[in-house]
Amino acid sequence: MKAKQKHWYNYLWIWTIVYFLLGFFNILFAWLGMIDFLLPLCLAIFGGNKWFCNHLCGRSQLFTVLGKKLGCSRQRPAPRWLSSKWFRYAFLIFFLTMFGNILWQTYLVFGGAASLREVVKLFWTFRVPWGWAYTAGTVPDWAAQFSFGFYSLMLTSTLIGLIVMALFRPRTWCGFCPMGSMTQLICKAKQHGKIPQEIQ
Amino acid sequence: MASKRIAQADRTRCVSCGACMQECPREAICVWKGCFAVVDCALCVGCGMCMRICPADCITLVQREAQA
Repeated sequence: MKAKQKHWYNYLWIWTIVYFLLGFFNILFAWLGMIDFLLPLCLAIFGGNKWFCNHLCGRSQLFTVLGKKLGCSRQRPAPRWLSSKWFRYAFLIFFLTMFGNILWQTYLVFGGAASLREVVKLFWTFRVPWGWAYTAGTVPDWAAQFSFGFYSLMLTSTLIGLIVMALFRPRTWCGFCPMGSMTQLICKAKQHGKIPQEIQ
Repeated sequence: MASKRIAQADRTRCVSCGACMQECPREAICVWKGCFAVVDCALCVGCGMCMRICPADCITLVQREAQA
């Protein structure tokens, strides 16, 4: 059997590790996570595909490397409800609400109604002091506030992904990943009623 | 000779993540326009690797004749 050809994008799991490491040194690097947020949406809206999930997602590659190659996963099927439609969409709505909250906090800091909080909030609950990764005044406070919020969201979702990776299959997170749900919804809307006969 | 069994994805539950596609040693499964996974019956040998990696657990092995 011939080995599959490796591409540069097969190593994007390294990017995921680098992203989180950068956030330990300077929280402003969190803005780079917007690539992972906007690129899948652009590919789905303009390309009508999930090329990001299928090939470019560093996070899913990291779960595969850790879970499959390094054996950190029990490799058991996840409960069905975890990838059921209602859970996926409920999680998507929850996730978008939390993202909206980040934008709201950023707006409050921008308008001067709130002050910058140099904390990373894990699982939307636990505040972890993160002041070492930011020198006050480097950028406008609102830009730093967004960094802290967005980094919290990225770190929390990766931690959830790692937990379900360990408990179930390596890519269990993909079953309810909000970006995956959103891009699949877009793709399905674009292809509505257009499934060709040969694959029906 | 064609295998007796082939993989089949439940399109209503597929999350089109592409884990099966990455796993398949024969490149017999792909994600159709971001909607669901589609198995190429001519290439699939029914090894079940995609079935064991699928995060939604939506792939099953079916008899070749019984495929929908």
